[in-house]
Amino acid sequence: MNAPAAASALSAQAFKSEVKPVWCPGCGDFSVLSAITKALSMLELRPENVAIVSGIGCSSRIPAYTSCYGFHGVHGRALPVATGLKVARPDLTVLATGGDGDGYSIGGNHFLHACRRNADITYVVMDNHVYGMTKGQPSPTTEPAWPSKLSPQGTGLREFHPLVIALAAGANFIARGFSGDPNGVARLIVQAIRHPGFSFVEVLSPCVTFRPDQRSWKEMARPAAVEATDDPARAARRLMTDDGFNIGVLYTGKRKPYAPTATGAAQQPSALEKGFEL
Amino acid sequence: MNPTPLQSVSLALAGSGGAGVMTAGNMLLEAAALAGYYGLMTRTSGPQIRGGEAAAMLRLATFATDSQDDRFQVLAAIDWQNVGRFAAELPLGPDSVLVGDPAQGEAPEAFTRSGARFLPVPFKALAKSISGGWPNMVALGVLGGLLGLAPAALEGAVRKATRKGGEAMNAGIAAVRLGLAEAAKLEASFPLAAAPAAARRWLVTGNEAAGFGALQGGVRFVAAYPITPATELLEWMAPALTKVGGALVQAEDELASINMILGASYGGVPSLTATSGPGLALMTEALGLGVAAEVPIVVVDVMRTGPSTGIATKTEQADLNIALYGLHGDAPHVVVAPNSVADCLAATQWAVELAESLQLPAIVLSDQYFGQARAIVERPRSEPSAPSRLLAQPDTPDYKRYRVTESGVSPVAIPGARGITYTADGLEHNEKGTPSSQPADHLAQMEKRGRKLASADYAERWATVEGEGEFAVLTWGSCTGPVREAFERARRDGIKARLVSLRLLSPAQPDRLRDALRGVKRTLVVEQSFSGQFHRYLRAEYELPGEVHSLRRPGPLPFHPDEIHRKLLEWSRP
Repeated sequence: MNAPAAASALSAQAFKSEVKPVWCPGCGDFSVLSAITKALSMLELRPENVAIVSGIGCSSRIPAYTSCYGFHGVHGRALPVATGLKVARPDLTVLATGGDGDGYSIGGNHFLHACRRNADITYVVMDNHVYGMTKGQPSPTTEPAWPSKLSPQGTGLREFHPLVIALAAGANFIARGFSGDPNGVARLIVQAIRHPGFSFVEVLSPCVTFRPDQRSWKEMARPAAVEATDDPARAARRLMTDDGFNIGVLYTGKRKPYAPTATGAAQQPSALEKGFEL
Repeated sequence: MNPTPLQSVSLALAGSGGAGVMTAGNMLLEAAALAGYYGLMTRTSGPQIRGGEAAAMLRLATFATDSQDDRFQVLAAIDWQNVGRFAAELPLGPDSVLVGDPAQGEAPEAFTRSGARFLPVPFKALAKSISGGWPNMVALGVLGGLLGLAPAALEGAVRKATRKGGEAMNAGIAAVRLGLAEAAKLEASFPLAAAPAAARRWLVTGNEAAGFGALQGGVRFVAAYPITPATELLEWMAPALTKVGGALVQAEDELASINMILGASYGGVPSLTATSGPGLALMTEALGLGVAAEVPIVVVDVMRTGPSTGIATKTEQADLNIALYGLHGDAPHVVVAPNSVADCLAATQWAVELAESLQLPAIVLSDQYFGQARAIVERPRSEPSAPSRLLAQPDTPDYKRYRVTESGVSPVAIPGARGITYTADGLEHNEKGTPSSQPADHLAQMEKRGRKLASADYAERWATVEGEGEFAVLTWGSCTGPVREAFERARRDGIKARLVSLRLLSPAQPDRLRDALRGVKRTLVVEQSFSGQFHRYLRAEYELPGEVHSLRRPGPLPFHPDEIHRKLLEWSRP
C-alpha cells in the first residue's frame, strides 16, 4: 500500500458505484464487495488511487461495482494485468479479484508466478467450488464426486489446494475468510493490503444457485485456533492438515516485494545511439 | 591479374561450432564499415543449441542495401563438417571461389558442382604458427585481402573486438596479417571499388533498431517472454529501459506478457512486447481486449517460418493473415511493417504513436531476416515522439470513458486522476463503460472504434513509392530490398517501373494505392508466403489495375534481385 491517506476517510459506501450487480440473490459475493469497500474505507484510501483488476466470472464483475479504477479483462489473466499495472504505477494500491475457475484453472499458471514474483498486490479469490457464470460446472476446487451435466459421475480429480500451493510458490501473505462474516473479511483485506508483497486472501463465498449445499458453510467456518506464523514449514504443516474451514491470517512472510528499478536518473533514449555509432 | 573494381561483393564464412565464424564475420563487417563501405551480415546455423555448424553471410558494397545478392563470390570454410547443409542458402556460380583448408578435406559436391574454383589455404596450420592464433582470424585476413580492404580497417576491427587488448589482440592482428599475405598469393581477388564519402553511419540489427524506435516512441514498460528470433530485441531493451527510467518484466508466458502490457498501459505508461508467430497466436485474445477496452499496446512480431513451431531460426512473411485477421469479432487495429533494417526504427516508433493516439493495439510485422541482420546504414534521423494519448481532465462532470466522438477517440482517465474513475472492459459496454448487451450500444461502439482508424493521418508513411511507368511491383517487408535492387538494374536497362512497398497494412489505404498505381498495366506482387497471403489481402482490400501476377514462395530463401529483374525484362520486350 503506497497511496497517501486522504485528509478525511471516505465511507465504505463512497467506494460503491451505481452499477447493479448481476449476481443471484443470496450470492456470497455481495458480502465480499462490501468487505472490499469497507477495507478501502478503513485504510483511508481514495478511489482514484486504487485499481481493481479482474478476469471473467461472477466474482470478476466486482471492479465495476466499485468507484475505484477498474479493469475487467479476459478469463484468467487478472494477475498479469495487475502485475503490469503495479510495476508501471507503484504509487497505486492494486487489487486483483476473481473466482476459483478464473484463478486456479485457466489462470493457474499466473497464480503460481504471481506468488513467486511477489509484486505488492492483493489477490482476493471468491471460491465457491463451481463455475457459476456458465451454470454449474466443476472447478479445480470442486469435490471429486460432485455430479454435474458436464461430469455426471464427478470429475474424479482431487481438489486443488490454493493455500498450500500459494505457500509453496512463495506468496507473502495467506489468509482465508468466509463471506458470511464480511467484517472479518474486511479486516483480512486490510491486513493483506498493508502487508508488503503478494497477499492472497481466499474467501469462501457460497454459490446458492448451483451449490445450495454450501449453505452449510456457515456452520463449518470457524476462526483458526492458532496465530499467524512467519515460518513456512509450520504454515505448510497447518495448511496440509487443515479441513478448509479455518478462518484467519495463516501465514505472513518476510520476502521483499518485487520492484524492478531504474538505475540512476532517467536518460533520454538518444543517449543509447552511441551503441550503434561506428 | 588486375580485375575491375566491384560495387558489391558477397562472401560467406562457414565452419563447425566453436570455429568463430560469427565473430570473424562481425569483424569483417565492422572493418568494411570503418573503411567507409555499406553492407550487411545475415547468419544461418544448424539446429544445435550451441556448437553446431554456422555460416556468416556478408554483402559489402559501395551503396546501401538490404538485399542479398544473387550469388556469393566467396565461400570460405574453416572446415566442411555439415557445411553442405547450407548449400541452398549459399548459391555459388562458376566465377565463385571456395576457400578451404586442404587439411580439412575437399569441399562438398553441393558447392563444387556450381563450377566454383577451390583455393587451398591452410587456416589451421597458419593459425598454429602464431602463439594464441585462431583460424577464424586468419580467414578474416584472407577475406579482407580478397576484397582489398585496408589492413588498418581490419586491424581496427580486431582492436575494437578485443577491447581489453593484450595477447588476444596481438595474436588476432598477427593472424589477420598472415591471412592478408596469404590472400595476396591466391589467384583470385574481388576488389571493392573506392568507398563512398564518409558519413555518420550506424551498425545495427533490425531488432536493435526496433527496440530503439520503441523507446523513441515513448515506450517505458516491456513484458517479455523469450522466443527466437525476437529475443534479442527484448534483451536489447532490458538494460536500455532501466537507463531511460522504464522497466522490463520477464513474464511466465506470452499470455502473461501481453496482459502485463495491457495493465501497464492502462496505468498510463506506453507499453510493448515482442514475440514471433507462436507467441502472437497466444496473444490474439488479449489483442481483442486491447481493441474493446481501447488500451494502447504495441506487439512486435519478428516473423519466422510457420505453421506451428516451424523453423524457429529462419524467416518468412506468413504471419500477415493472423496479424490482420486473427482477432475474433470485428476488431479494428493497426498493422505496420518496416521495409528495411533501418526502417525497423521508424516503423516501430510510428506504431507506438498510432497505438497511443488512437488508443488501440498496433502490431509491427518485422521478420527474422531484418531482426537478426546486422547492417551498415545511414544514421537514421529520429526525434522522441511527443506523448499523444488524449487524456481526460480530472473532475470532468459526467465523465464517459467511451464517449462517442466524431474521431472515435475519447479522452481517457489515467488511474490517480480524481473524479473520473471508470472500469475498462472487454465486455461490450455503453459510453460510460458499463457492460451492455443492447444492440444500439454495440453498433455505436463498433462504429466509434472503426472511426478511429479512418480519422488518423497516415500521410506519406503508408508506403514507400518509387519510380514511374506502366509496370509496378507491389511488395512489403524484407522482400523490398531485392525488389529495389532489381529496379536499379532495370533502370540501367532503360526500363521504367514503379515500386510500391506497403508499410501500413491495416487499415488498408485503397485510395492512396489507386493513385500510386494510376496508369499501371502490369503488376507483380512479390512476397515470401506459400499461399500468397499478401496477394489475397491485396485482392480483398484494393482495386488493382491491369494484369496482376503473383511471385511467391515460402521462407526462408530470400528473393534474388535477378529473378525480379528478369521478369521486368520479359515484360519490357515488345
